[in-house]
Amino acid sequence: MVRDVRDTARQAVFTRRTAMASIGAAGLFGTVFWRLYGLQVEQAEEFGIQAEENRINVRLLVPQRGRILDRFGVELAANRQNFRVLLVPEDARNEGVSNVEEALNLLAEIVELSDYRRRRALREAARNRPFVPITVKENLDWDEFARVNVNLPDLPGIVPDVGQTRFYPEGEHLAHIVGHVGRVTEEEQLGDRDPLLRLPDFRIGKLGVELQFDGRLRGSAGTSHVEVNAGGRVIRELQRTEGEPGDQVVLTIDEDLQRFAAAQFEGESGAAAVLDVRSGDILALVSEPGFDPNLFTFGISQDDWAALRDDELNPMVNKSVSGQYPPGSTFKMVVALAALEAGVMHPREEVFCSGHITLGDRDFHCWRREGHQVMNMRDGIKHSCDVYFYEVARRVGIDRIAAMAERLGFGHATGIQLPGERAGLVPTTGWKYAITGVRWQRGETLIAGIGQGFLLSTPLQLALMTARLGTGNAVNPRLVRATGADVEGVAADGPPAQVSLDIDPAHLALVRDGMNAVVNELGGTATRSAVRGRGMSMAGKTGTAQVRNISREERESGVLENEELPRHLRDHALFVGFGPVTAPKYAVSVIVEHGSSGSRAAGPRAREIMRYALTRDPAAMPAIGNMVRASDEDGRQG
Amino acid sequence: MAEAYAQTKPPQRTLLSKLADFNWGFLFLICLVATVGFAMLYSVADGNWDPWASRQMWRFGVGVAVLFVVAVIDIRVWMSLAYPAYVLALLLLVAVEVAGEVGMGAQRWLTLGPVNLQPSEIMKVALVLALARYFHSLRIDEVSRPLRLILPLFMIALPVALVVRQPDLGTAMLLLAGGLGLIFLAGINWWYIIGGFAMSIAAIPIGWQFLADYQKSRILTFLNPERDPLGTGYHILQSQIAIGAGGVFGQGFMQGSQSQLNFLPEKQTDFIFTMLAEEFGLAGAAGLVSLYIAILAIGVLTALNARAHFGRLVAMGVCLTLFLYVFINAAMVMGLVPVVGVPMPLVSYGGTSMMTLMFGFGLLMSVHIHRDVDVPRYAGALW
Repeated sequence: MVRDVRDTARQAVFTRRTAMASIGAAGLFGTVFWRLYGLQVEQAEEFGIQAEENRINVRLLVPQRGRILDRFGVELAANRQNFRVLLVPEDARNEGVSNVEEALNLLAEIVELSDYRRRRALREAARNRPFVPITVKENLDWDEFARVNVNLPDLPGIVPDVGQTRFYPEGEHLAHIVGHVGRVTEEEQLGDRDPLLRLPDFRIGKLGVELQFDGRLRGSAGTSHVEVNAGGRVIRELQRTEGEPGDQVVLTIDEDLQRFAAAQFEGESGAAAVLDVRSGDILALVSEPGFDPNLFTFGISQDDWAALRDDELNPMVNKSVSGQYPPGSTFKMVVALAALEAGVMHPREEVFCSGHITLGDRDFHCWRREGHQVMNMRDGIKHSCDVYFYEVARRVGIDRIAAMAERLGFGHATGIQLPGERAGLVPTTGWKYAITGVRWQRGETLIAGIGQGFLLSTPLQLALMTARLGTGNAVNPRLVRATGADVEGVAADGPPAQVSLDIDPAHLALVRDGMNAVVNELGGTATRSAVRGRGMSMAGKTGTAQVRNISREERESGVLENEELPRHLRDHALFVGFGPVTAPKYAVSVIVEHGSSGSRAAGPRAREIMRYALTRDPAAMPAIGNMVRASDEDGRQG
Repeated sequence: MAEAYAQTKPPQRTLLSKLADFNWGFLFLICLVATVGFAMLYSVADGNWDPWASRQMWRFGVGVAVLFVVAVIDIRVWMSLAYPAYVLALLLLVAVEVAGEVGMGAQRWLTLGPVNLQPSEIMKVALVLALARYFHSLRIDEVSRPLRLILPLFMIALPVALVVRQPDLGTAMLLLAGGLGLIFLAGINWWYIIGGFAMSIAAIPIGWQFLADYQKSRILTFLNPERDPLGTGYHILQSQIAIGAGGVFGQGFMQGSQSQLNFLPEKQTDFIFTMLAEEFGLAGAAGLVSLYIAILAIGVLTALNARAHFGRLVAMGVCLTLFLYVFINAAMVMGLVPVVGVPMPLVSYGGTSMMTLMFGFGLLMSVHIHRDVDVPRYAGALW
């Protein structure tokens, strides 16, 4: 065969070039293999994890919030079914309407749908993928919900749904104690890493026990691992871990007594506390007026909030532990005990009350301008003679009064588990110098002797003082009996072992006798507040706390009566008492803000509350989580 | 001279003798690769033959028939058709420019009755034929003459320019690389190659301005995938995750979570290699690439054994095209090169590229069957 010789050279070049190209291609295939090896062997684990993260979404299962119960199991905070209407845009289109708006129009024929809700639903539908359910309306009543269910075939894309929402069946009179829940704020999210707080519908405690025990009540989130596709649609559930429902919290409160005590205020602003003097259980802790905690669950409206905020009776303040008032004459027992212990005043030693006492260039007046004449300690308490206690205070000195006040529970927070508890104030010479740089004035001791001046106390502290006076024990108040998943089976913390205050029983007996006389003896300041009935009695002490200074000019021209003053300048009315007199069970304190007179505004209310407490006798009734029945307790003490 | 050609003109061979000369191992490898494609398309459709696998099998069947027909036609016929085919393809590209259908943001198709014609694919074959014919007629010392290079460069530049305008960067690159590859194989002087490299590097900033925004964005994203992890970069990151998650032996047939859950884009076409790598792991991916290498090896041997320079260049042109397809697609889904719309040959769903390749493989077989045929320097002497 004849070959074109010139082709030989051409073929040689071609063969060489083909070999080079093949080597080049082999090199490039080498990079492909090298890359495959890198991805599938060296980085396989890392990419495997990323693939799982792509594939698996973790969804939180919201735990049921623990209930809050009173001592007998009455629900104070519960979970109610929240009937909702959801809309799945994609389903709506599949079921024959062209857009979300049409589906909403059809729904609006069945249930009322405000423009606001409609706009919100449209906005959410536009923002989310079409298979994500959007909440159209919440909190339907049963009739509406039933109507939606009946008409479901004609409502494309509509899904009825039952969620959970917090509900406070007892409403206003427990609002400050139980508190309320609300939406999670950004700051709360920053301070708490619980993933539940990131859920848009989640609610946390904002006030009261709901806030204080939020961690226990909340429970822990469960998780559901679901496989999703790239569009986020759930394909199937792979794994489910149920969360822990929140603990129940059982309060020491007796809802029935609380309701009764709250009702005594009839629109007045004030606070009351009822303690079981043997266990320290707070049976009632009233702050009036209250508010409806249910308003906050779905976010309070502007108008409602403005009304609460601007109310001059301050419904949002828990006056029972956050309100600080001068104790007034209810403090006189403290002064008496301090004097007796210091030995500076014999109980039978008499002091002459002319209506005022002069110290330096200043007159100190008795509430009874014409004077009480001759007073001993018992009479001083019975008549609440100011001049007598000026003299006692002058002799014993502020620091010893302060020490006794501290022992009886003033000047420091009681440790009750409520947010916002205030400590009150018990002044001493050192305290004043440290704060003001001015030395203590003797006149200030006199003022402290009648519970005025710097002294401040909370209504709970007043009830606590009374319980301590009544028992001689260092009673400590408590608000929570038990917490746990199943409170019926949980042993309550037994009543704390009672520690004596180490006050001479004879001194205590003297003071109690004086308090008995206040209520039960002719001429006492609170005789109209006597509790009568089988086995029922009360000893107590009135108090009137001045909220203004009375000038010398006013004294000369005649002190204005409370009735002549604007409300906010009128005196606070106070009363503390324990009963029965001989073997105290309950201690009560009542404050009526600007109620003018302890004996007229506070005493009768305390009487009603004490009478109700003694009649009902909640401390003797078997309570939830109460493994220590009243009878056992008696047995142990006896 | 004329007598010499007349003497070497071989006797007419029967169809049967041609088929006996057919490289059946080559066909077997092609069928194997296509079968991998059927399996993946079956898996993409969540275990259904419809809509992809069944249609792909039909097309492959037609493709095999085309392969045989092309293979038994004498390469001299193909040589004589080379320029007419090129001119026709060029006209079709112009027609697409004027009256093409717009798909995926680019003009690529001509609708002729029931057939959607993609002229750029026809051009891939036509360009190989035309360049092979041109260099077949040149002596080795003529190849590097500047005047002789003007025509082939124009033959490459015209279709590339038209395809870039569609715009279809992937196909344009395939045409450019394939054409320049053939010029290299034809024996062009090294100085041109070095000079060409230097010039193209210098031209990068100028060329950049002619790219469409989405093309610029693809290149930028390739250089830094985290630039846009939810946009263009998303595809590349997801693809790498899926490949990596496959590991050595894969997640199992139809078990690739990333592919099955739609984390992959266009998984039945450009990203089918990713799916294979996820479901069958390194073993499957490397196995498929090895099959391509085997096909290429047969192609290269065919080229080296061909007596006619036209046949050699055609065979290598087909090999070059196949190689570019495989390499660019694999490198793209693994993040080695920017995202360009290049399918994995015979495996990705799609009719046009399959027809191009089967036609090309037919030419390769024609070169093989007619390896001992002498071809005159000018096609005019054929008849």
